[in-house]
Amino acid sequence: MSGIPPRLLGVLGLLLAFLLVAPAVLGKYGLSVLILVLYFAYVGQAWNIMMGFAGQLSLGHALYAGLGGYVAAGLFFHYGLGPWAGVFAAVVAASLAGAIVGYLGFRFSLAGVYFALLTIAFSEFTRLAFDHWSWAGGSGGLFLKVDGSTSLLNLRGGPVLFYYVILALAVGALILSRVLLESRLGRYWLAIREDAEAAQAVGVPVLRCKMIAVVISAALTSLAGVWNAFYYNNLFPETAFSMGRSIEITLAPIIGGLGTLFGPFIGAIVLTGLGEVFTDVGEYLGIPGIKQIFYGLALLAIVMYRPAGVWPWLAGRIGLK
Amino acid sequence: MSGARLEVEGLGKTFRGLRAVHDVTFAVPAGAIHALIGPNGAGKTTIFNMIAGVHAPSAGAVRLDGRQISGLRPDRVCDAGVGRTFQIVRPFKGLSVLENVTVGALHRQPRLAEARAAALDILSRLGLADRRDQVAESLTLPDRKKLEVARALATEPKLLLLDEVMAGLRPTEVDVMVGFLRDLNESTGLTILLIEHVMRAVMALAAEVVVVSYGEKIAQGTPAEITRNRAVLDVYLGEEEVA
Repeated sequence: MSGIPPRLLGVLGLLLAFLLVAPAVLGKYGLSVLILVLYFAYVGQAWNIMMGFAGQLSLGHALYAGLGGYVAAGLFFHYGLGPWAGVFAAVVAASLAGAIVGYLGFRFSLAGVYFALLTIAFSEFTRLAFDHWSWAGGSGGLFLKVDGSTSLLNLRGGPVLFYYVILALAVGALILSRVLLESRLGRYWLAIREDAEAAQAVGVPVLRCKMIAVVISAALTSLAGVWNAFYYNNLFPETAFSMGRSIEITLAPIIGGLGTLFGPFIGAIVLTGLGEVFTDVGEYLGIPGIKQIFYGLALLAIVMYRPAGVWPWLAGRIGLK
Repeated sequence: MSGARLEVEGLGKTFRGLRAVHDVTFAVPAGAIHALIGPNGAGKTTIFNMIAGVHAPSAGAVRLDGRQISGLRPDRVCDAGVGRTFQIVRPFKGLSVLENVTVGALHRQPRLAEARAAALDILSRLGLADRRDQVAESLTLPDRKKLEVARALATEPKLLLLDEVMAGLRPTEVDVMVGFLRDLNESTGLTILLIEHVMRAVMALAAEVVVVSYGEKIAQGTPAEITRNRAVLDVYLGEEEVA
């Protein structure tokens, strides 16, 4: 971890220490909020590799999370295959889906919004397929048995277990992002993001690099899907592959700072914090839907006044750059 | 680093029926500097793009040291040893000057630290080292032109294609760039083909000049011969005074 300012390393160490003991310190509510933060930080980090680093806009990431969740949950439900084995199948399925979407988009030079439309289309028609696929429960959904047992092996247990799993994923994704960014591949991604034609002129194999980005991003996102499926114990095509799910995945890095390492984490804190506050405000006011309006306005304000994201600004303010 | 011989043979390009380049043949010997000139719209950049792999030629072939490179993807052409700059500069805007050149250097130096060192070396040779941490977007036009050259050189080419790198430079800056390219050519034997409107640079650098007009080659010779060539004077040099 060379090249990181010592002060930042110190802050990160403290933060990690807090996160490690958090379940003992925080109550049930606090822990559930922290779980949300880590979940959004993790999926944001995965999405950020594709958009923030390689500059490829995906608005259909629910596809990978949904596929991951369905594959692992389906294998567990039908064959009793534990998620630690099922996760491999989940990763393979999502990577394959990513490779197909990526190849179609990149090979035929769909860029920007056109590529984004393709990602939405794939997510949408996968949703329709799952609506009618009885193995996966169809539109009625797939439910995992909750028997009250705790088993790390089968990913059965309470919030504390899921908290540590998502914490490990979030930390792992952060480290992976950093390693990738400081590699040739990472630099090639940045070059592609800035100007693909100029990148290709200095020898960057653009198609291959974009493909690697989408596959890594899809694979990581599928892990979140597996986690999600076993945490909530139910899966519906309507939500698992929904547009809302896809948008949700993009928010933390956009708010926190696209293409930055800590943007997704900071964005997840801001978003989840705002969400909780506005839920309380909404309940207090008793006006249905007011939460969403406040939430939307807050996001609008952040994007308007901090277009580069909260983290670059914050890092500058507290001298962690 | 040493130069490679470039051969362009019967090269043609048609865009939806529009004949942009037709039957252009010339060669640049290894280690030589040649210039490609012609009025705007004559097809110079199209010829460059066919050499660099951006366009596949409709006819003819491009060979580097006897090996055919036309039809290859741009990154493969770069692999083969061709570096190019863009007429309208295309820096990686959001990245620092050093990172821009590092991307080029990574082509031959897969390790980031070594690529950075190689990039810094090239930046100092071009007088850009003290701007290394600046975001490329914030550079002035002359510095952006230098950055284009630095990034292309970082890929360690055997043939360097320069597309109007002198345009927009003041005369003194042109002289500096000419001096740099001449030194580079003398010390490494790098083959250089430049598209240039700045005659001062063409006269100072090019051993031979290829003149194109309406997509066809109309003359080739030393700068002195070209300035006396009737056909060239008619279509091109007659319009402006020669330095």
